[in-house]
Amino acid sequence: MDMSFSPDDEAFRAEVRQFLRDRLPARLSEKVRLHQELTKAEIEEWHAVLNERGWLAGNWPRAFGGAGWTAIQRHIFEEESALAHAPRILPFGIAMLGPVLQTFGSKEQQEKFLPRILNGQDWWCQGYSEPGAGSDLASVKTTAVRQGDHYVVNGQKTWTTLGQHANWIFCLVRTDPAAKAQEGISFLLIDMTSPGITVRPIVLLDGSPEVNEVFFDDVRVPAENLVGEENKGWTYAKYLLTHERTNIAGVGFATAGLAALKRIARGQVANGRPLSENPLFAAQVARVEIDLMAMSTTNLRMLAQAAAGQVPGAESSMLKLKGTQIRQAINDLTRRAVGPWALAFPSEALEGANDALPPGPPEAAGATRAYLNNRKLSIYGGSNEIQRGIIAKSLLGL
Amino acid sequence: MDFGFTEEQTMLGESLARTLQRGPDPVALFDLGAGAALMTEEAGGFGGTGADILMVFRTLGRAAAVTPLLDSVVLGAGILAAAGEADLAEAATSGEARVAVALDEPGQRYDGVVRTSAAGGRLTGEKSVVTGAEGATHLIVLAVDGLYLVEAPAEGMSMRGYALMDGGRAAEVTLADVPARRIGDASLLDRPLAAAILAVCADALGVMEKAVELTTDYLRTRKQFGRPIGSFQAIQHRMADLLTEVEQARSAVWNLAGHLDTADRDRHVAATKSLVGRVGRQVAEETIQLHGGIGMTEEYELAPLARRLLAADARFGDSDHHLERFIAVNAA
Repeated sequence: MDMSFSPDDEAFRAEVRQFLRDRLPARLSEKVRLHQELTKAEIEEWHAVLNERGWLAGNWPRAFGGAGWTAIQRHIFEEESALAHAPRILPFGIAMLGPVLQTFGSKEQQEKFLPRILNGQDWWCQGYSEPGAGSDLASVKTTAVRQGDHYVVNGQKTWTTLGQHANWIFCLVRTDPAAKAQEGISFLLIDMTSPGITVRPIVLLDGSPEVNEVFFDDVRVPAENLVGEENKGWTYAKYLLTHERTNIAGVGFATAGLAALKRIARGQVANGRPLSENPLFAAQVARVEIDLMAMSTTNLRMLAQAAAGQVPGAESSMLKLKGTQIRQAINDLTRRAVGPWALAFPSEALEGANDALPPGPPEAAGATRAYLNNRKLSIYGGSNEIQRGIIAKSLLGL
Repeated sequence: MDFGFTEEQTMLGESLARTLQRGPDPVALFDLGAGAALMTEEAGGFGGTGADILMVFRTLGRAAAVTPLLDSVVLGAGILAAAGEADLAEAATSGEARVAVALDEPGQRYDGVVRTSAAGGRLTGEKSVVTGAEGATHLIVLAVDGLYLVEAPAEGMSMRGYALMDGGRAAEVTLADVPARRIGDASLLDRPLAAAILAVCADALGVMEKAVELTTDYLRTRKQFGRPIGSFQAIQHRMADLLTEVEQARSAVWNLAGHLDTADRDRHVAATKSLVGRVGRQVAEETIQLHGGIGMTEEYELAPLARRLLAADARFGDSDHHLERFIAVNAA
């Protein structure tokens, strides 16, 4: 038993840290720290910086232009990036579609799409959920009907994160309405500039226009944009979800969030003393820190297992469950740490930009927004109730 | 980074588990080398690392075995070795001598307030919840100016013994002008006490794993309304939450085992004992609830497991005490 990182991993950590010090613009990290929304250009700017260094796709093999990092190296990169308040790498192209195309896509699809994910030419979004297909994803109703060398797509996708910036969407579509739920689904790549596509923003309760509805009305999609085989899309979708879950614990985000919470608590006053010394508040912070120390080790144990070739099963569901509980607890404590300033609700989307600057410390407004926005953590990526079902079934088999 | 055990550690764990199937016979355990596995080579053993302690005590916990290994070896021999009392340390490690360690005093909770005096090398005071005191050949007593060794039985030393939640026994010990020999400062306790807290937590982890297995079997086989009760979602989700917390406890125990001899030991002692105490209570309560009535009975094998988890929380400072310790260590 040796709980320390290897000298190689420590050297890698130092290299990542140095890179972030040198190349992460303060104007970006400051916005991330304060939970302000990044513009499309700002996200693309950070992607370009990472791509220039060859670090945009840590999870991709080198043959596809990735960094080919080990699971431990990816963990280190994610942790250091979060601690430095770097913008997050958009998961849609890099973490989700990339591995699917590399495993199931044609050579033509790989050569066409993978470089454009890296160089920023394409911005992908995910067309999975529908109004009637949330946790029960296999009940998607959007149809794709083959007509000659095209599919004609009709239906609606929803909760499409940052779809307003995207020029491509990967979709689960029903190609065989007669088949059993999972067996009639295909995985289709659709150009968002195609005629018949309408994108309508959904403003969330934190005031952010983060997600969208996407409507398809007789959208013609070239048949060459089908990934793998027709009616096998569910297999690819599940593969994608396992990749989505590799950083499911969000240890880096939680570690950065906890550090921010402690900093804010030191600067707030309760009963004439720093809030960080208030026994009631300190006990709640300590408890979540202790939970995070354990979860962080669970995460590393799973990474070590994955490196040894074991496929994660119920463990990744446990990491999702505990990881989101910890992050939501940190968001809650951070919001409560700013006391009455947590009343203010600055939101351009809801109120316009006419208000005076938000009151209180600069973190206050972001604390409220982050709390509201991160309610999503226990809903998306398989809700925590779905995860509990997976954990129980893997153990009980009932 | 390596979360596994050496081949020797794994083999010891397996033979220990086999031996325990025949009951927790202390002689058999010492013959197997369970004592020596808990001590470093310098102290006359062949192990003594966090991983060794984890392996031995997790196995003992799974069997809910009552043994002198914690009091007499991890604490007793650990303190004696640190004090340079090599012969007695070795005797405790091999099982020849039985050592009990008297730290707490009545009414002081976990504060560590010590009033026992040592005038002219003779001890006078009250010691509370001294585990393993009745069968001990030697007592190590924490007095105001350090640690003392008392050979039992001793003139002026009396005991009132009682049963414990974990199946062992303890005593309230009264010392009235008892002859004793000073063996060193209280600081000699630091590492043995941290090791003992790891032992309690690893033991509790083994208990939790066993309790979860029992509960899993029960949920698969017990039928109500014509179905196994484990097929009901209300029960599945409770069980999933419980498994997730036990996974947390496992990682917490690994954290302490891996940091027992590093600079941030105190932080990990506090974090692990606080988390394991809390999760242990939760496992006791939830596994009883998930079993229903049968979980309430003394006859069913869950009862000693649940009690052992409560005992683990109450020993060496409970989850609240160590939460406070964690805050203090972080602030230092």
